[in-house]
Amino acid sequence: MYVRQLEVTDFRSWEHAEIEFEPGVSVLVGANGQGKTNLIEALSYLSTLGSHRVSTDAPLVRHGAQRAIVRTAVVHADRELTVELEISPGRANRARLNRSPVPRPREVLGVLRSVLFAPEDLALVRGDPAQRRRFLDDLLVLRAPRLAGVQADYDKVLRQRVALLKSAGAARRSGGGTADLRTLDVWDGHLARHGAELLGARLDLLVELTPHVRAAYRAVAPESATAELEYRSSLGDALPAAVPDAGVNSTGKADVDLLEVALLTQLAQLRAAEVERGVCLVGPHRDDLELSLGGLPAKGYASHGESWSFALALRLGSYQLLRSGGAEPVLLLDDVFAELDTHRRARLAEVALAAEQVVVTAAVPADVPEELQGTRFDVDAGQVRRVR
Amino acid sequence: MYEGVVQDLIDELGRLPGVGPKSAQRMAFYLLAADPADVTRLQEALQRVKDGVVFCAVCGTVAEKQTCRICADPRRDVRVICVVEEPKDVVAVERTREFTGRYHVLGGALDPLSGVGPDQLRIRELLTRIGVDDVTEVIIATDPNTEGEATATYLARMLREFPGLSVTRLASGLPMGGDLEFADELTLGRALSGRRAV
Repeated sequence: MYVRQLEVTDFRSWEHAEIEFEPGVSVLVGANGQGKTNLIEALSYLSTLGSHRVSTDAPLVRHGAQRAIVRTAVVHADRELTVELEISPGRANRARLNRSPVPRPREVLGVLRSVLFAPEDLALVRGDPAQRRRFLDDLLVLRAPRLAGVQADYDKVLRQRVALLKSAGAARRSGGGTADLRTLDVWDGHLARHGAELLGARLDLLVELTPHVRAAYRAVAPESATAELEYRSSLGDALPAAVPDAGVNSTGKADVDLLEVALLTQLAQLRAAEVERGVCLVGPHRDDLELSLGGLPAKGYASHGESWSFALALRLGSYQLLRSGGAEPVLLLDDVFAELDTHRRARLAEVALAAEQVVVTAAVPADVPEELQGTRFDVDAGQVRRVR
Repeated sequence: MYEGVVQDLIDELGRLPGVGPKSAQRMAFYLLAADPADVTRLQEALQRVKDGVVFCAVCGTVAEKQTCRICADPRRDVRVICVVEEPKDVVAVERTREFTGRYHVLGGALDPLSGVGPDQLRIRELLTRIGVDDVTEVIIATDPNTEGEATATYLARMLREFPGLSVTRLASGLPMGGDLEFADELTLGRALSGRRAV
């Protein structure tokens, strides 16, 4: 699929902008602070209904305006669909598909599928485990929307269980009874069921994603060591022991029932410590995706360039995975070339050239490799001008 | 902002569930213009509901007398109990006209975040009822959300201690008369995983 047109009104710094894209490479060039990333963000927002830069919608609306409007025309399999999103902070966003309103904005999810790489993604390698869990979970939902429900259920059960652990711990310390603990078994059961489903889905995803990430890292940084992904579960040794080959049985899918039993066992073992501390110590919310280069953990050991390439490989790997599963997503690369050496730039250009559509931003035209021909836009003083 | 008593009325009405500031304002001005007799009737109804309504000693739903209409009805089967969270759920199940047993209202669901545990719900009363009456089936009809499911699991565990008692849970899935294409992916996903042989 590709984006044929993007129109934004009162979005971020833009009062109004309209761009006609073509399949293939589009490069947005402009000095810092001219709003290149804002345009990429608008595209990404349409495909995920969330911003990669902020968690609330208020900063997305131009200062002084009531609401922002993002409209695109997306061409997929020779059919053109227009999606329009009205972002009003503090109120429900409204969406239109081919000019007719849809009851819920999430119904437009999937019309535009995109994979965005932005400088913020460095946190995937250097940041805390929550970033990497979110990376996995976002990708899961993109592939199977049903899992959004599993995640929401899991989070709710987790919050309830933590509340129970806290009150039980407080009651125990003040010499009270263990009345609260009677229902803990029930919450354990539900936590294990939803947790096993989430854990199983993540393990399945990783089996499919790893070769793509490895290949992407090799493509970007061929001279560097091999990139490896490993899932670190809060189950620790109980994970491989309970389920051979990291939970993958003969069907090639994680055995959710076995994972559920493993989670329950671990919960039972750690219960005393959990009540003592009032924290839930077992479950996918404590897990991490460990990234390593040549056997050394990327976090702490990898250089800036290596970390950057690894983060890029995670996104490119996701892109390839989504691509292999059907509709080809649009690749959005925000300010990525400036951080890479000439060699890696050339390698990334090769990957980008193979995509159906890729939108790239750069502050300095010289940063963009020669090979990346295609359309070029100058972004300057609130205007987007096509120059090539 | 209006002055004095009018604003007070709007504020009070606005505290009701499902009533926003605009609706509250509309109601307030309706009441201002309404016939005094209508307002008195509303006033009396409000007063009576606070004074007169009691909770049924058997099932715990709202009633006018000590036992509610359903629990006092000899035609209703004492051996089947449908467990629900709130009195409004009794009305919902009653509307089906399918159920001929009796009810038991828990008064909520397990919700540790709000400090609701088994002792805050009418679970002990349920167990006593099962012991006294010759109950053969308990239908757990708590809401199909996180709290309701946890309550259902807890009840199912407690009820295991009664030999010969059958414990069932309401099915969840697609609404009747609906179109498959309009079902959201969560409901449809759940219906798919809970499919049954025909």
